[in-house]
Amino acid sequence: MATLYEGFTLCGLLHTQNPLDSSIQGIEQDEDSDHVVVTDSTRSVTLYKVSDRKPLGSWTVKQGQLLTCPAVYNRQTQEFVVVSDNKVIRVWKKEDLNLEKAFKATVSADIWRIHSAAEGEPVVLFQRGAIRLLDSLLIAPQQPIEDVLSAEEVIRWSTAIVVENQPVVLFTTEQRGLDYLYMQRMNNNTLQKYRLEREDSGAPPLSVSAFLRNTHINLLSLYPNGCVYQSAVLAQGQVALGEQEVQALPRSLLLRLPVGEGDLQKASAVALDCTHMAVVGVPHPSAGAGKDFLCIWNTNFQTLQAGKEIAGRIYGQVWCFSGKLFVPHGKTLSVIPYECQNSSLASALGKLRHAGAEEAKSPVAVPSWNSLLYEEQPQGPAGAMGTKRSKQSRKSQSAVDLTLDQLLELIKTGPAEQVQKEVERLVSRGDSGDLQTSVAQLVCQLVGRSQAEPAFYTSAALAQLVRTQFLCHSVCPDLLMIALEHKDYFLCQLCLQMFSDIPERITCACLKTFISVPDGDMEMVRLDPDSVSFMESLVAGGAQQNGFSPTLYDEDSCDALHQDKNMHTPQLVTCPVGLHKAVLLNEVLQTPYTDSLLLPHLKDLESLQVILFLQYLQFLYLKYSQDVCMQMPGFRSPTMTQIMDWVCLLLDAHFTVLVMAPGAKRLLSELHVFVKSQVKLFSELGKIEGSLKELHRMKPTEDVGQYSIEVIELF
Amino acid sequence: MSRHNWRRRIATMGEFKVHRVRFFDYMPTAIRAMAFNAETERLALARTDGSVEVFSFADRYFQEKVIPGKDSLSIEALCWVGMRLFSAGLNGLITEYDLENLRPKYSVEAYGGPIWTMISNTQGTHIAIGCEDGTVKLFELLVEGIHFERNLDRQKGRIISLSWHPSGTQIAAGMMDMIRVFDVPTGHAEKRFLVDRGVGGSKSRETVVWSVAFLSDHTIFSGDSAGKVQVWDGHSGTLLKTHLVTKWDVLALSISKDESSVVAGTSEGTVVQFQYIAPNLQKPEKEWVRTRTFKNHSHDVRALADIGTAIISGGIDTQLVVRPLLEKFDEKSFASGLRRIQFTHRNLVSCAKKDGLLLFQFPGHLELWRLGESDEHGKPGDILHLKRKPEKLLHLKRKGEDHICCSALSSSGGWLAYSTVSSIRIYKLQTDDNNLSITKVPKLPKVLRSAHKLCFSSDSTHLYAASSKSSVLVISLNQSECKYVHTLKPKSGSRQPIHLLTTSADGKWLAAANSDCEVHVYNLQILALHCIVPVYGSCPSALGIHPSSNNLIVVHADQKIFEYSIVEKQYTDWSRQLQKHGLHYLWLDRDTPVTHVTFNPKNPEHILLHDRHMFCIIDKSLPLPDQKTQFYNQMTLRSLSEQERPHHLHAFKVCRNFQDLLCVCLLDEQSLVVVERPLMAITSQLPAPVRQKKFAT
Repeated sequence: MATLYEGFTLCGLLHTQNPLDSSIQGIEQDEDSDHVVVTDSTRSVTLYKVSDRKPLGSWTVKQGQLLTCPAVYNRQTQEFVVVSDNKVIRVWKKEDLNLEKAFKATVSADIWRIHSAAEGEPVVLFQRGAIRLLDSLLIAPQQPIEDVLSAEEVIRWSTAIVVENQPVVLFTTEQRGLDYLYMQRMNNNTLQKYRLEREDSGAPPLSVSAFLRNTHINLLSLYPNGCVYQSAVLAQGQVALGEQEVQALPRSLLLRLPVGEGDLQKASAVALDCTHMAVVGVPHPSAGAGKDFLCIWNTNFQTLQAGKEIAGRIYGQVWCFSGKLFVPHGKTLSVIPYECQNSSLASALGKLRHAGAEEAKSPVAVPSWNSLLYEEQPQGPAGAMGTKRSKQSRKSQSAVDLTLDQLLELIKTGPAEQVQKEVERLVSRGDSGDLQTSVAQLVCQLVGRSQAEPAFYTSAALAQLVRTQFLCHSVCPDLLMIALEHKDYFLCQLCLQMFSDIPERITCACLKTFISVPDGDMEMVRLDPDSVSFMESLVAGGAQQNGFSPTLYDEDSCDALHQDKNMHTPQLVTCPVGLHKAVLLNEVLQTPYTDSLLLPHLKDLESLQVILFLQYLQFLYLKYSQDVCMQMPGFRSPTMTQIMDWVCLLLDAHFTVLVMAPGAKRLLSELHVFVKSQVKLFSELGKIEGSLKELHRMKPTEDVGQYSIEVIELF
Repeated sequence: MSRHNWRRRIATMGEFKVHRVRFFDYMPTAIRAMAFNAETERLALARTDGSVEVFSFADRYFQEKVIPGKDSLSIEALCWVGMRLFSAGLNGLITEYDLENLRPKYSVEAYGGPIWTMISNTQGTHIAIGCEDGTVKLFELLVEGIHFERNLDRQKGRIISLSWHPSGTQIAAGMMDMIRVFDVPTGHAEKRFLVDRGVGGSKSRETVVWSVAFLSDHTIFSGDSAGKVQVWDGHSGTLLKTHLVTKWDVLALSISKDESSVVAGTSEGTVVQFQYIAPNLQKPEKEWVRTRTFKNHSHDVRALADIGTAIISGGIDTQLVVRPLLEKFDEKSFASGLRRIQFTHRNLVSCAKKDGLLLFQFPGHLELWRLGESDEHGKPGDILHLKRKPEKLLHLKRKGEDHICCSALSSSGGWLAYSTVSSIRIYKLQTDDNNLSITKVPKLPKVLRSAHKLCFSSDSTHLYAASSKSSVLVISLNQSECKYVHTLKPKSGSRQPIHLLTTSADGKWLAAANSDCEVHVYNLQILALHCIVPVYGSCPSALGIHPSSNNLIVVHADQKIFEYSIVEKQYTDWSRQLQKHGLHYLWLDRDTPVTHVTFNPKNPEHILLHDRHMFCIIDKSLPLPDQKTQFYNQMTLRSLSEQERPHHLHAFKVCRNFQDLLCVCLLDEQSLVVVERPLMAITSQLPAPVRQKKFAT
């Protein structure tokens, strides 16, 4: 639920000639989250301390001059920047009293806006669409500014967003009844252009708001008929297109706001977080036709979360900084604090799943592993793919996108590199729903060719396709086996993670392969860093506790663990398999299975493999039972139950062999100790079962007693 | 009555304080054997406590007769021969019952050790029993008793089950690991069929042939402890087919009369049906095919009867289930519904209204409880805080080994009486504050030996005891002694036992209902028969005499209600109106009989009835419900406004808040006592059912 709290007035508004126009050009935040810089529509810039509701400083340009762009704060230099009379950039510090004495630079073209996204360098957007970083512009103010936009095209809205420390400037333009979105990435200087669809009425969007979510920039556009559309653009690595073709930006209707009578005139929507959106100038659905409302909507469930009537005229402006909404209305600028909590339904329905997964993933720091092994950026595989993709895309900037059919045709004959490139392009191009079918077709085609032509194998493309999460094992039953054949363990791991319908036969084949690969080979393989770091911490956990390094021990010295004798002392445990092998085995442990179906396939394992695997399971068991907090939330890690189930299964499948094998004797006796301790645990639990049951029973007996006097009514 | 008054009364009738009693630990015992008499449509049922019950299937499964059990009596088999009912048990006795006096008539020692099974031949001339010592004994039926005729060839090992060939010349006997077929005229064991043992661990255990069934074409069915139902050819002795029905035991078999269907009851609580049909359309030859499986029991099905239109089953879970075979019914009727008979139709609870005392009757003892109290007033739906908790005042163990068959508590709470088949005991109770003193009344009149039903007069000066031949003994009570006064005898000459007895509040009238469906009304002032209520075709299940008008309310097993004016010796106008108007179909559809009728002392228009699932206050001043009227309308009425309500009222105010009712009684104008016995509580006392593997564990 979201809440709107009681608001307060920050300042009065100037009187403007046209009473319909707001006298505020813009509001920006400086480095203090409690400060805002308000630029009015004429000559002055004022810095406010919001919580005290009082101005800290005010700067005015001379009579006759006009501020043409809201002042922004450059966090890198702690200076304010504003533009007067379209061409004059003024830069000053907080201590400066007089704006006239501040630094001035006149540029050669009219400036539309200066944007200073958080932590980024300010970016100057010219009215003709050119973009410069402020610093580089100030070095040579009179540098020629090219025209990006055509003659009749005018900018309607712009913003800057920081994506991976690089600002991305987005702006919309209007040209003869058509709207376009431009997206300029400063890091690789690519400009993308999309066509924005209009509503049937032909009206342009009333307001646009952009925010970053995962790897996509999401645009919210509000149309006069009350429709709010969401479009997503990949923040990184998109291919810039030639001039010849302007794609329409795909959009989805997020919400249809009630508009009352007639279209919306002055309204604005701003995204508060992934699921909440603040809207001004739209009627409250249950409060008649008046449009002077500030509302918070949940876009997931299309529900109104909070609403507040705003006195006086609304100018269709709203800003949102650090938990407060700034709404100019009537003759005042009001600050309205708000709070959005993720609704429990959202979490219950799993709508927050990806957000949660991201959160869990993001703090995982694996600085050492990848950078040590590979000369690559320390990034998760997704990030790695992303950068790779952008590299690829830059190379093939001039190439034309292939349709699915063309691509399928290409896969049949084309060289592996080209196929890989095109698949990446296709996947990165679309978020559309039909990706699901095309991904399945692509994988089948790729696997089919790989089977026919052993030399052909596109690991990265397959991995990327698997990662779309549109696949399952039954769609392409041969994929996992092909990956195993090519020793593509990373892909195997991905499949084991993503597919929930792997048959027991295949699971067993994976297990057999993993366990028989020499550790040395395995350590060269790149794997999902999360699971690797989990194993690292698991192995290191013991070492830290006991003050020894596991590398001192070789594989076979898995020390006898006579639990019954030295139960009280910490166990010295070494992992019987290599780190990467352990990671892969963990994935096998976590795949779903049916024991009766798995059992016959498990019998195929050789006794040495069984013993090794059992030793590993024993290692996990001991680790888990020692370190209670080992199962860190957010990590994909096998549970205790899964481990025990596998131990039982293995013993079931190979008991006679193990009894005969001399090497297994100690292992078996140790496992016997496990069982003993488990039995002991359960007998202890059994002792308190009675009392627990009694607790359980206590509640129902309250209402169904042996006797009660009740009052009933008959009619 | 003025309109205004009528309205006010409606408004005030609403609230009742309900004493919801759940401390009566009534526990029916497991069903051990049953026999169905197709001619009279009576089902006899034996329970593990030795009691025998007779249900009338023609009269809505009404429990017509109950013959109380006895300690250390275990009945293994029941059989009807014509109208005569016999039982045999592990005590080695064959017993014939006196169904008129509800007691064993005589017992005959069979001298063969425990008897496992008993059957009669179709001709009705002989009874055969199977004994522990391996003999099959034939008894000849005589008019006055039975007479041992001879043994068939003695076998090694006990005879567990028997089945007589319809011709009467052969008997099949189920034993350990085998089935024997005897030739009756010669008494020789002609054939022997070996029954396989179970697989696995049970290989070492003998297979018990729990049940055999001999068909007229010499096909023999057997059900055994290895879970098999086997079909044998009785001529050649070959095994025709084996159906593995359960992992546990097949305990009972029953053949339908036309021999087209055989049912088998298992330890899993299932009943499996086999039918003699052509397995496909092309082949005209019929064979025995396993067709349906019914699961109506949680525990062993120990007794079964296939009555053609339905399968009756009973077992350890104590309930009697009548499962109709729907293909035998063309339209929906009472008989086409599944019935579960869980509670007895007899009253086990007596209530002394004034002191709030409850008497609970168990087979082995009586319990006297005082209800709790609360001085709070609450709104509907509230549970009131108790000022005083209910209190068990008395736990009275019976003497002798016969089980208690009836009991009574006087309305003042000063007297208590119970009867077994062999004796009656009367006690004087005195309560002062919290102390209860109990004194047995010594020296009862000799005539007072046993009663089917006991009843005190409302002023507690007399005790009425239903005796043999539908007669009622009048006993006067005073402080020191009790004296025989008179025997009231019916004019009809009925020999059937009385099962309902009630007196009027003014002490003038006594009404008695017997199993012949007759209701006699006696004038107690002149100690003579006053009148006989016109006999209706269904057995009365509850009786009550109105305290002010002295109208007799009779509710029958088929749910019909009659009001008969004792004074005028005719049905009242309301009763005629009710018959003309007809009862609502939902009332007639209820599947348990009304077992109690009581009245509201303050409001003469109210009659309170209850069955197992509801209680109902009939307000005679209100219009009767039409067939289209919403019958169970309490919820609707609750939602209506006070102005609208009177337009939706009808005479039957049914409350279904309380379930599994054993007794509902009005204590005073606005307070009720309901005695519930939740089925869950009964189920929880049953032994654990056989373990069934559900998953691959």
